[in-house]
Amino acid sequence: MATDATTNAPSRAAADRVPALARSARKHTDLGLGRLYLRRFLRNRLAVVGVVILVLLVLFAAFGGRFTSYAYTDADFTALTRPPGALHWFGTNQGGNDIYACTVHGLQRSLTIAVSVSVLTILVAAIVGSGAAYFGGRVERVTLAVIHFLLIVPSFLILALVSHHLAGDWRVLIVVLTVFGWMSTARVIWSVSTSLRERDYVRAAEFMGVSPLRIILRHIIPNLGSLLIVNLTLGVVTTVLSETALSFLGFGVQTPDVSLGTMLADGASTVTSAPWLFAFPAGLVVLLTVSMTFIGDGLRDALDPTSVTGSAGGRR
Amino acid sequence: MTLATPVLNPVPPTDAAPVLSVRDLRISFPSEAGTVEAVRGVSFDLLPGRTLGIVGESGSGKSATAMGIMGLLPPSAALRGQVLLGGRDLIGLGDQALSEVRGNSVGMVFQDPLSALTPIFSVGRLLSDALRVHQDLTKRAAWEQAVELLDLVGIPDPRNRATSFPHEFSGGMRQRVVIAMAIANKPSVLVADEPTTALDVTVQAQILDVLRLAQEETGAGLVLITHDLGVVAGHADDVAVMYAGRFVEHAGVEELFRRPTMPYTARLLAAVPTVDGGARRPLVPIGGEPPALVGLPDGCPFASRCAVALDACRSDEPELRHVTGHGHVACLRATEIADGSLDPAGDAAPVDQQATADRTEAGEVVLRVEDLVKTFPVTKGAFLKRRTGTLHAVNRVSFELRAGETLGLVGESGSGKTTTLMEILRLRRPEGGRIEIAGTDVGTVGSGARVRELRQDVQIVMQDPLGALDPRMTVFHLLAEPLRAIGRDRASIRSRVRELLALVGLDDSVSDRFPAALSGGQRQRVGIARALATEPKLLALDEPLSALDVSVQAGVINLLARLKRELGLAYLVVAHDLAVVRYISDRIAVMYLGHIIETGETETLFSDPKHPYTRALLSAIPMPDPLRERTRERVVLEGEQPNAARLPTGCVFVDRCPLYRLADDSVRRRCRTERPVPTPVAGQPGHQYACHGV
Repeated sequence: MATDATTNAPSRAAADRVPALARSARKHTDLGLGRLYLRRFLRNRLAVVGVVILVLLVLFAAFGGRFTSYAYTDADFTALTRPPGALHWFGTNQGGNDIYACTVHGLQRSLTIAVSVSVLTILVAAIVGSGAAYFGGRVERVTLAVIHFLLIVPSFLILALVSHHLAGDWRVLIVVLTVFGWMSTARVIWSVSTSLRERDYVRAAEFMGVSPLRIILRHIIPNLGSLLIVNLTLGVVTTVLSETALSFLGFGVQTPDVSLGTMLADGASTVTSAPWLFAFPAGLVVLLTVSMTFIGDGLRDALDPTSVTGSAGGRR
Repeated sequence: MTLATPVLNPVPPTDAAPVLSVRDLRISFPSEAGTVEAVRGVSFDLLPGRTLGIVGESGSGKSATAMGIMGLLPPSAALRGQVLLGGRDLIGLGDQALSEVRGNSVGMVFQDPLSALTPIFSVGRLLSDALRVHQDLTKRAAWEQAVELLDLVGIPDPRNRATSFPHEFSGGMRQRVVIAMAIANKPSVLVADEPTTALDVTVQAQILDVLRLAQEETGAGLVLITHDLGVVAGHADDVAVMYAGRFVEHAGVEELFRRPTMPYTARLLAAVPTVDGGARRPLVPIGGEPPALVGLPDGCPFASRCAVALDACRSDEPELRHVTGHGHVACLRATEIADGSLDPAGDAAPVDQQATADRTEAGEVVLRVEDLVKTFPVTKGAFLKRRTGTLHAVNRVSFELRAGETLGLVGESGSGKTTTLMEILRLRRPEGGRIEIAGTDVGTVGSGARVRELRQDVQIVMQDPLGALDPRMTVFHLLAEPLRAIGRDRASIRSRVRELLALVGLDDSVSDRFPAALSGGQRQRVGIARALATEPKLLALDEPLSALDVSVQAGVINLLARLKRELGLAYLVVAHDLAVVRYISDRIAVMYLGHIIETGETETLFSDPKHPYTRALLSAIPMPDPLRERTRERVVLEGEQPNAARLPTGCVFVDRCPLYRLADDSVRRRCRTERPVPTPVAGQPGHQYACHGV
């Protein structure tokens, strides 16, 4: 009864109802899926703006250092707390460090941390979430219990303590942020995977004798693709914010290393007397998060076949 | 309860003004590939009290037409033409103005009754709201009227049931409520979009009767949209056949079925499997696939599939013209076909009769199922999950299947047929009974390696080919997967995939395509090829044809027959549709509530059904022939299949059994208390049924 009722009439009905038009339209689309997604993505103007900003930021982080003779560690004792000028484009801080060089390096550091944490988080979350959903039963219950436990623990506090103890190495920060950051994504992936687990093609693979690991890697995770990509981009935003927050509080990146967060912390106290110390890193954080958010939204709309904004006729 | 449906409705006076006139309706949707022209110039008049059946395959634009009339299309759709309702053009009206019309002058019956009813309101509330939107009624009066409406559509004990919520009703009862809502404000036009597609066949007959009653009660004109030619034959006065967004034939129901004049209609009728008594008619598949509605080429859209197409057919699209003695037909050769001088089928080959009818020499036993039992616990509560009962999904089911043989397991949803299939495919010790595959008892197979070996012998073809194929894998990888799972090396996989594609009649070039880029028929072929990859002995087919359009179905039936003959396979087919099963099975087992109630050779079962349920099932399937459909004796079952959690102690069919009602007391007592065991029919080897009353 349980399986019977679901397979019989309703799906026959559904097969006839919804995709009829879409199917006949698709039959002649010889565009690959990739081209199709690209076209839908490019139709979203904000997302394209996001990509342009991001590319500029990455180029700035990678090559911005070439345009100045100062390194972020150099202290120019002849120019302490100078406003932006011809010699120091973004000014200097109390220690005589060139703010331009610092922002380039800080952006580099923040980007590296954000991207690696977000990639690692997605990997862990995808494997744990879809694994729990696929195996079900006890595995699922235990995994969910762990996830829920970690979710209610005040992770930011623990994060602060742990990273403070491990003192300042940005690579340690990546590990710590990943360990405490994968749960909510894993839970989302788990809930989506539970419906994938019931899909016919997953059951078909089981009946063919395909191994569970292969089913998860070949059938479940690829079909979460759009969800993963969107979470990846939005994950960068949250990581940048939590890294800056940690560093701002003095727990993240430690001197003499510089990240956008430490710069914000340093600049915050002098925001009225020397606003340039705060304004440049803050501006970059805003640009980075805004561009990633635009890209994330654009990707979500482009990859979601039911979205109105992405489709050809949609005007919103 | 046996009754004969009345003969064709008398023709109403022709001078009545049409309640609905559609003029040159055109609907298009934007898509990535270009503009999809879903409807390309549809015109018709609907007279009061008449029924217009619109038939077509998926993607033909029939549902878009219905939604266009109701103004329920998504905002991206572009509409042109006229929809005149009582002289008022509905196209271009705002949503506010349309809402005045919808539910008031036009009633709509949707396909899925569950999603058509708001779950948080009682049905009485839903109905009285529907009334009060358009009429100035007090709450009390509206409620009274709602109760009357429920009574009209055949809801038992309407006064109490009005306070129930939609989820407390069964599928058929829900559809009755939807019909009641549609007729609440006495509309002049009813639009029913596939009203019975989501329902079981014995319930479908009831709902179609209710729809007819509702129409008589309101005198409305009915637009009945369906893919089922049998439903149209039984219930429409006029029929319009849609193909690629246009009417290609529009005629009275008798003329259309007597002499289908557009080649497409003729071929469609020849491709529909039927349950008529007597010998089974050969099926003739239509080659090719319906065209995509993007950038249609000039000329008749059917020309590429038509056996009698002329050169002119490929350059100009024929208009819908009147043909003497017939209706309107869009075909250049309509007059030739109408006067009988041209056979629209041309020289298209029928389905390989030899292969389907001839029983191949039955080989060794491939599958033996003895007393299979499967139950599910019925639990209550979210946390503690108290067990409150047992759902008997499969109850002591036994059958045998030999190489080269096809067994059809037939039943309505909830009969346990799919559960039986899944129990066999699981390859684990069943809850009760024995399953033996190729001589091996699956209960005794302990090691994983042995199970994997057994897996190769049993494979499955699933119902929905799109769902069963991973959308992110190419055809090559899909076919390679089962081979990789059994550890074949790269080179042998490549050659085997090529072999498999050839076996199911697909071109090599599809191997790097994704399933979404294939047509429905091609997808099902890929599904079959994948199942054959490991050279199984037993192929389980779970509703292999129900997701396919009629014109494609016949081709797949052909393929299955050829494969069985060439490879000596055994098929276990699960299906709800007796007509389709008839064309592929050697033997049929009919299931009801987890029990096999009758089993026998296919032709014996069709010519001499014994069990009252089998008879009802056979007579409930609509036949695509208006005269026979409307004059034959029908056994209309009351009610619906009950919940398998509360099985009666006696015969499981007793609550709906027409024989039980006529039987005398001693038989009745046996039906109530004693579960009938299968008894053989004298003179018909292999034919068994379980009934006290026959």
